[in-house]
Amino acid sequence: MRKFHVVSSLVALGVAAAFATPAHAADWDHKDIADALHSVMEADRIVYTKLIVNRLQNQDKVIKASEHWKDDKALVLPAQMFRYGAEHVAEKGAKFSYSLLSLWPVNKQNNAKTPVEKAGLEAVLKGDPYYTTETLGGKKYYTAIYPDKAVAKACISCHNDHKDSPRKDFKMGDVMGGVVLRLPMN
Amino acid sequence: MKRLAHYRAWLLWLAASGLLAAWLAYAVQTPDRQQAFMPGKVTHAHHQIELKCAACHAEPFKGSAGIQDACLSCHAKELKAMDDSHPVSKFTDPRNADTLAKLDARQCVSCHTEHKAEITRPVGVTLPDDFCVRCHSDIEKERPSHKGMAFTSCATGGCHNFHDNRALYEDFLIRHGQGGKLKDDPKLPERHLRDFMVYMEYLDGEPITASDMDGRAELSPVPKLVAEWEHTAHAQAGVNCSGCHQAKDESDTLAWIKQPDHTVCTRCHKEEVEGFLTGLHGMRLKQGMTPMQPGMAEQPMKPSAGHAKLTCMSCHGAHRFDTRKAAVEACLTCHDDGHTRAYKASPHFTLWHEEISGRGAKGSGVSCATCHLPRVEFTTPEDETRVLVQHNQNDNLRPNEKMVRSVCMNCHGLQFSLDALADGKLVARNFKGMPAQQIESIRMALEAERRGQARKAAGEADEAEE
Repeated sequence: MRKFHVVSSLVALGVAAAFATPAHAADWDHKDIADALHSVMEADRIVYTKLIVNRLQNQDKVIKASEHWKDDKALVLPAQMFRYGAEHVAEKGAKFSYSLLSLWPVNKQNNAKTPVEKAGLEAVLKGDPYYTTETLGGKKYYTAIYPDKAVAKACISCHNDHKDSPRKDFKMGDVMGGVVLRLPMN
Repeated sequence: MKRLAHYRAWLLWLAASGLLAAWLAYAVQTPDRQQAFMPGKVTHAHHQIELKCAACHAEPFKGSAGIQDACLSCHAKELKAMDDSHPVSKFTDPRNADTLAKLDARQCVSCHTEHKAEITRPVGVTLPDDFCVRCHSDIEKERPSHKGMAFTSCATGGCHNFHDNRALYEDFLIRHGQGGKLKDDPKLPERHLRDFMVYMEYLDGEPITASDMDGRAELSPVPKLVAEWEHTAHAQAGVNCSGCHQAKDESDTLAWIKQPDHTVCTRCHKEEVEGFLTGLHGMRLKQGMTPMQPGMAEQPMKPSAGHAKLTCMSCHGAHRFDTRKAAVEACLTCHDDGHTRAYKASPHFTLWHEEISGRGAKGSGVSCATCHLPRVEFTTPEDETRVLVQHNQNDNLRPNEKMVRSVCMNCHGLQFSLDALADGKLVARNFKGMPAQQIESIRMALEAERRGQARKAAGEADEAEE
């Protein structure tokens, strides 16, 4: 039994070593960089959704979140927060880009558009990221798509109740869409 | 002899070429002398500064990026303020590479090319009327109500605008779609610069009088000027002579100046001056050129005002700073188009006349400035909100639906406002009468809302049955 534990631990370590991010950033490949960028995006997104929107709107009922936050004097929606961040990054002239897309978007602009987006958003429904390369406008990109899950009641209630939402049966923990991150390769 | 004549011809050619080169070198560097380099007439928006090529072509070696930087140096703030519906970042995302191939909207000049008078349409657009179709040809899949609509009709009739949809987005139409011609309490928002300056601790705001004046010896003002100043908001807010008449000179020492210019006004009125310099009244000053003169204008102006020079003082008048005069009489001194001439016969003027006669309530009159230099809510650089007068007279002018939120809806319902602004003849009559047609967008938005609610109710009923 003990021997089995040792073996299984060694196997687990080997697997972890094979997939682990190299200790030195200089050795990072496209996947490592994409994963690192996404970890920051995901953390900020979860913090904003849970600590700001869900707490103040759903729990404490102090203020609402609204798509028309300026007119309604309300909180920016988590999806907008994410998009405004991506726009800031683009305006700064960053070489990478990212967006939040879905197979069931409220805003039709956020529908899967490229063949990779369509395949990737289907693939991440199982809960794991999807990595590939694609060529857009004559340029090659490393494209990573990460599942985006319903982490709070605010996510599902807003999407299930919105008149423009194509899907109205989201449950907590469902993959509602995906974060698509692109790194240029040449 | 023949040889001498031969040399003489060469010398003459050399001298003529040298003179031509010298003149061209002088002209290319001298604003107002650059007509020889003009490839074609520029738009109404830029004609005042057309003879300063460097206003737009400051960095010729940067190519299109240099031009884009020049566009943004004047237009970036307004695009940000209007929540531009088609920001550049939408087009730089690689996922929209196919859209970019149809319309390169990363550059302003893709749609607003200059020097192309023969293809320039309203708002300086140089694309054919159906530009929306390039990317939105399948709109009827998303919005079946749009089936059969002409692609030249998207931006007409108060429905859509490429950049500014603050008064046109669907939920706004739904929320404000039920209002009538007039609101219950029609009036303008109040300005409160003094309160803001005191709140920010930029001024103590304590009123002062002639006995507190600090520039008496240096400026030796005549009693009339002192009396005028004493009655202004400046004296009421504690702004002394030195507030405007003292500035640091080149050696960084405080010196008294007889005739302060707009740079002095920026000390307290930074955003107002910025607006003035961005619009048609001040854009020449912004470029370091001589002030705009009505005689240079493409619009009809009174010949008597042709040589007036436009600065802050032209409309506000030094020392008196009479904002009522600046709001009507100053405009009528120069402008002489049909809309302006119709103003004094309009219901708006009647209200203005009532207010300045003391019979109408404060903020109930409608002056030229009410619509063209409107009081708007503004987020200051300190991230505070204050109501200020937008001094860029062009900010809400084209397309005129941009005026709906900032101006019309202070007093009127949304439907009436959209209808009135879409009626060119009514605009020419300065809104004397009623709009000829009703704009469809509100009806369509309300119907879409009803359909959405019905779908939602049906879904909830299904769930209840389960």
